Amino acid sequence: MTMGGANRLGQGIEAMQGKASLTPSKGRKSPLRFGWWLIFWAGVLYFFLPLLGTFVFSMKSIPLFSAYVGVLQDPKFYGSLGYSFIVGIITIAVSIGLMVPTAFWVRLRMPRARPYVEFVTLMPFVIPPVVLVFGLISTYSHAPLPFTWTDMGSTALLTFGYVVLSFPYMYRAVDTGLRSMDVQSLTEAAQSLGAGWFRILFFVILPNLRVALLSGAFLTLAIVVGEFTMALFLARPAFGPYLANLGSTKPYEQAAVALISFGLTWIAMGFIALLGRGSRSRITVTGAH
Amino acid sequence: MTFLELTGIQKHFAGGVVAVDDFNLSAARGEFVSFLGPSGCGKTTTLRMIAGFEQPTAGAITVDGLDITHRAPNQRNVGMVFQSYALFPNMNVAENIGFGLKVRKRPKAEIAKRVDELIALMHLEGRADRYPWQMSGGQQQRVALARALAIEPQVLLLDEPLSALDAKIRIVLRKEIRSIQRQLGITTVYVTHDQEEALSMSDRVVVMSDGHVEQIGTPSEIYNFPSTAFVASFVGTLNLVEAGVIDAGTGRVAVGGQEIRTARALTDARAGDRITLALRPEGIELGEGAAGDNRLSGMLADIGFLGSIVRLRLTLPAGDSGIAREIFLDMFNDPNLALPVVGATVTVSFQPEACFMLTGSVGVPVPVATEVGAEV
Repeated sequence: MTMGGANRLGQGIEAMQGKASLTPSKGRKSPLRFGWWLIFWAGVLYFFLPLLGTFVFSMKSIPLFSAYVGVLQDPKFYGSLGYSFIVGIITIAVSIGLMVPTAFWVRLRMPRARPYVEFVTLMPFVIPPVVLVFGLISTYSHAPLPFTWTDMGSTALLTFGYVVLSFPYMYRAVDTGLRSMDVQSLTEAAQSLGAGWFRILFFVILPNLRVALLSGAFLTLAIVVGEFTMALFLARPAFGPYLANLGSTKPYEQAAVALISFGLTWIAMGFIALLGRGSRSRITVTGAH
Repeated sequence: MTFLELTGIQKHFAGGVVAVDDFNLSAARGEFVSFLGPSGCGKTTTLRMIAGFEQPTAGAITVDGLDITHRAPNQRNVGMVFQSYALFPNMNVAENIGFGLKVRKRPKAEIAKRVDELIALMHLEGRADRYPWQMSGGQQQRVALARALAIEPQVLLLDEPLSALDAKIRIVLRKEIRSIQRQLGITTVYVTHDQEEALSMSDRVVVMSDGHVEQIGTPSEIYNFPSTAFVASFVGTLNLVEAGVIDAGTGRVAVGGQEIRTARALTDARAGDRITLALRPEGIELGEGAAGDNRLSGMLADIGFLGSIVRLRLTLPAGDSGIAREIFLDMFNDPNLALPVVGATVTVSFQPEACFMLTGSVGVPVPVATEVGAEV
């Protein structure tokens, strides 16, 4: 949780306290107020205890912090993380390129197709990654599209698979963003001023989807960085298989890597919050699991 | 000379819904034309066809002699102002106004100059850097108007631009829109369901109902000489009374057993026909009136105070038809106004010019909903 988030939570609790003090039970401790605090602390413990446990476990390596030092000195750590980040960024770009025009067109011209598009974008929740990756391998490991014959081809295949995995998150994020504006009027206003579809999409619609796209992009990146099954079966040097492999030989280091990747996730969230500042839209993270 | 012309325009939607049927209009350069009608009458659909957002099922649209019926919206040079303003949220006032010029790849200096001119014209000085969400509804609509005017469109289209604003701002803005339109001499089509807006702003008004044109005329013609019962009932307040024709040539008719006459001969009617007479409340006076005026007597049923107006409801005797009719008359409110008591028998008078027969009303019964001082 960011500092801003903590402040807002604190304000929320203060507001709740204020509300409670207006009740007839003024002057004595309200059971309702106690209940709110109980829920709050239960949430805090539920969230932080596993992190604390992982940290304590990672510190059992001797000398102190050696697990962290070992990880940070391991070139495979940077290699796998860098690979996953690059694949993640390409995935985000392809996903935005597919989902923004699709969601825009569905909202503008084909509203009746919306349930069908939503259904298709939800398929990754129904089809397990292992089924998806076997389907990809069996289809693209021979002519006429032998993707798996080269490293570049396998990486491309992995990226396509990740694009499919990102559908539910990216589509929902974009759709939520589009729902917050009057797409039809904005499009027609731009058209009446002489704008073509490219200009409308890039200069009118996309800038107003900034926060929604950041939300979708963050979720996509988080999925790609942590994904294990597809990267393993396509034999790609991604972060997921690296983390799993580390656990079988260096358990303390694995705990350290888990915390480091968690820290990176927080930094990414902070970055999104920073970029989203000044925008009237709120960051809406949808479809997160 | 015709500048904007709509010929035989039709629009049919899926499921056989006829939104617009045989719409014809010729507007001169610089003319301000309003489409007036209730919701669902096809006025916005017609406007959207001029803008290019809807394709007509049949008919043609020409601007300055050029057929634009099948041109894309961004190829028409038609400016549009929306009810919801439709300002681009990611752009400030100056960027919104300059958007159309940027699309046309005009030099930056020219864009800046034009934006400054329009900001001054719209009284938006000092707000160039503000974003839409930092402005009031009225200010946003000024920006929307400036943005539409920036591209110097051949035709300006306004789709109920003031309906989301409060009454006071609406009145101020409609004056400003009209003043700017006159100043720039731009041909304008204005869609509204507010009769006051249409009558006060327009050179001509097109009254629409159920997808077809009921009447096209100047505000005065529309108000004073409605050609159909719908126009009469939709525009202003009107008494619709059933009358029996005594002599069509001299315009003599009987209302509730009392003889009156119209200023014009009843060309479509014959003696013995039953017709619908229209009578404006403000054309009727309490009392005997001058020599030559029509007179009707009845019982004062009610007195209503409407601020500056006092509205009296009078019940006429049943007469030949056997149905008692009611008429309304309006008087200016005056603290010293001496009014008869409710229940008293009073006489009202009006000039023959104040009553007229509605076209096509011969033998058609007075609509139940409008027979007593229809008001919409």
